[in-house]
Amino acid sequence: MLRLHYNLEKISMGMVAAIIVVASIGGIVEIAPLFTIDETVEIPDDLRPHTPLELAGREIYIREGCYACHSQMVRSLADELDRYGPYSLAAESAYDHPMLWGSKRTGPDLARLGGKYSDDWHVAHLIDPRAVVPASIMPAYPWLTGSLDTSLLQDSLAVLARLGVPYDDEMIAAALADAAAQSRPESDGAEDLRARYGEDVPVSAFDGNPSHLSEMDALVAYLQSLGRLTNAAYEGLAEEDGS
Amino acid sequence: MTGTLTLRERQVALALAVLLAVLGLVMAGAARQGVMALHGVMAIALGLGLAFRIGGTLDDPAPPRDRLTRYDDGPTRFGIIMTLIWAIIGMGVGVWVAALLYWPEATPLVPWTSFGRLRPVHTTGIIFGFGGNALIATSFHVLQRTSRARLADSLSPWIVLLGFNLFCAWAVTGYLLGSTQSKEYAEAEWYADLWLVVIWVLYFVLYIRTLARRIEPHIYVANWYYMAFILVVAMLHIVNNLAMPVRWSAPESFPIWAGVQDAMVQWWYGHNAVAFFLTAGFLGMLYYFLPVRSGRPIWSYRLSIVSFWGIVFFYIWVGSHHLHYTALPFWAQTLGMTFSVMLLVPSWASAGNAIATLNGAWHKVRDDATLRFMFVAAVFYGLSTFEGSFLAIRPVNSLSHYTDWTVGHVHSGTLGWVAMIVFGAIYTLVPQLSGREHMVSPRAVEWHFWLAVTGTLVYVVALWNAGITQGLMWRAYDENGALSYSFLESVQAMAPYYLLRTIGGALFLTGAVICAWNCRATMRAAQGEATDRPLAVQPAE
Repeated sequence: MLRLHYNLEKISMGMVAAIIVVASIGGIVEIAPLFTIDETVEIPDDLRPHTPLELAGREIYIREGCYACHSQMVRSLADELDRYGPYSLAAESAYDHPMLWGSKRTGPDLARLGGKYSDDWHVAHLIDPRAVVPASIMPAYPWLTGSLDTSLLQDSLAVLARLGVPYDDEMIAAALADAAAQSRPESDGAEDLRARYGEDVPVSAFDGNPSHLSEMDALVAYLQSLGRLTNAAYEGLAEEDGS
Repeated sequence: MTGTLTLRERQVALALAVLLAVLGLVMAGAARQGVMALHGVMAIALGLGLAFRIGGTLDDPAPPRDRLTRYDDGPTRFGIIMTLIWAIIGMGVGVWVAALLYWPEATPLVPWTSFGRLRPVHTTGIIFGFGGNALIATSFHVLQRTSRARLADSLSPWIVLLGFNLFCAWAVTGYLLGSTQSKEYAEAEWYADLWLVVIWVLYFVLYIRTLARRIEPHIYVANWYYMAFILVVAMLHIVNNLAMPVRWSAPESFPIWAGVQDAMVQWWYGHNAVAFFLTAGFLGMLYYFLPVRSGRPIWSYRLSIVSFWGIVFFYIWVGSHHLHYTALPFWAQTLGMTFSVMLLVPSWASAGNAIATLNGAWHKVRDDATLRFMFVAAVFYGLSTFEGSFLAIRPVNSLSHYTDWTVGHVHSGTLGWVAMIVFGAIYTLVPQLSGREHMVSPRAVEWHFWLAVTGTLVYVVALWNAGITQGLMWRAYDENGALSYSFLESVQAMAPYYLLRTIGGALFLTGAVICAWNCRATMRAAQGEATDRPLAVQPAE
């Protein structure tokens, strides 16, 4: 073996080839099977993709680096189930490009955040966290009250559809209208939005002002959707408790 | 910079600089506004700046005929300067964001100063800016010395370094303006990623062409590691960053991976960025500069073979230990854990090989702060890899994951190992490249050493305590079977540790600033160039 290596290290392209082969094996074994994920992970019937407004909020969540301090992955450990709720399923993030599981909890996990607090609470908390939670160390985001830029929204849905997220042509065409409608409870568009994305989609003047579509509307809509895109995690846990 | 270029090379360089400016113009014109337009303008500025600089030297005399009988050290010198600039940027931002965790009200109410945007500036500034420049700069030096050949051409080292730094500058300015893919340690957007691929290919080609000119029959160990660094980082970078832009004229994109696949790809990348960026390349540095500085040959040739292939093979498997108890399939978690534990063998073989090399030179370790930097680096490398294997064990991970213990672990590797070996290499290189025996101020090197060691220890110990406290508080139950602590109570408990880690980081930063000053003074007091020469005269091109 030593003799073999003694000769190998005289050939630069031999070393190159050997490094590529040796370094590829682990990745291939661990990643390749996940391409058959469509067969191994069952997509629940009630799983819906994010609405355009929630998607825009998700982009703000990413832009501000929220994932650096908040995970979205409840592990299957007793204390996490008690603290946050049912553990996260692979299917719940099946449409997430990219996933936002996170790696650090400077703040709490957000996978089960949707519906936990009111819209008003979120707005007040994002504008000044310490006004609501005095001991919080979260930064304030007062600039989120500015207008939401929707210029890329339609193209974003189209690209995600090409990547396999179930947005149909109608959803893509109506992206801008749906984004506006979700923050205007009284409008006609709200019904169309629900017809497309499901009756459970929360429609609300998230930032309190239905006439102005702000970044705050989008981010709060996204936060309220966390853990609410399917009931599978709750049903799975109920079955386990029953057995 | 242009002094060693022939007239022909200067013309090519001028054309490339203009091409870069045109590329920037196309980007800025297509995007018209926002981050991508700014990045276009940055490319125009760099392209035009270089064009004027080179254009002004077209009539200068040709380089001396004997330039090919010398090593090409200009790029290394420039790379070291960039390393130190990025060290101060990256560490400075690190200390600042650490302070924000203790003192969140200090955040000015403007978007670009927010923690979430500054954090990737810190990580990218350190990993790519500081680490990357140090790796490229030292690899040029080590490659030439161990091959006894001059770099294959005079132009491409500059393209690699300038292009790489443009990538870093694009990345960090993008984060400040809110442009990010959110993939940890790969936050830069699609066009910056494509640019890095081009630069990386040039780097690889330069490396292989220079190796092909070597006079030594054998490729020295350090070069195996640098090659593994270049090759595997390319592989990781391309696969992890596969994304579809929303528009060709907009920075936004969506990764082609989703959910659990994305998580696996992300941590396959993330942990191997640790392996092949922050370990393999720096082991290359260790395998060259430690023997050179201590005047002792590497203790065991066989051990270096075993540990090299062990590291290349085992590391790739371990990324899934970042996903214990998550929705990742159980078998993948188990494989990650198993290989993480096995990885301890080649890791300790490397660390042991380095420390055993110092046998017979311990008096030098005592007297020479530069060699002490390298010794401490090897010790922290051993400690961090042990800690890493330990944290990858599933039940341990259930406590440590998501806590500051992980952050402490990373910093024992980056401060204790990566930065220490870089400083050791810099203090060896800078006097040599300046034709001097020593740094201008050996006392400052001594001060830097103790500031760095103290800072690292304060930082790491603070975050061990922080992480274990968090982990225990999160899982504590009272006698009624309810959780003992709210999440907020665990946040409040962190305050003293966050203050301590800020102080530790500030000490480390102070050392780096001293280093930058000392290097600048030494380069300014240069007494000529490096005195060593390639073994044989290279034939004219």
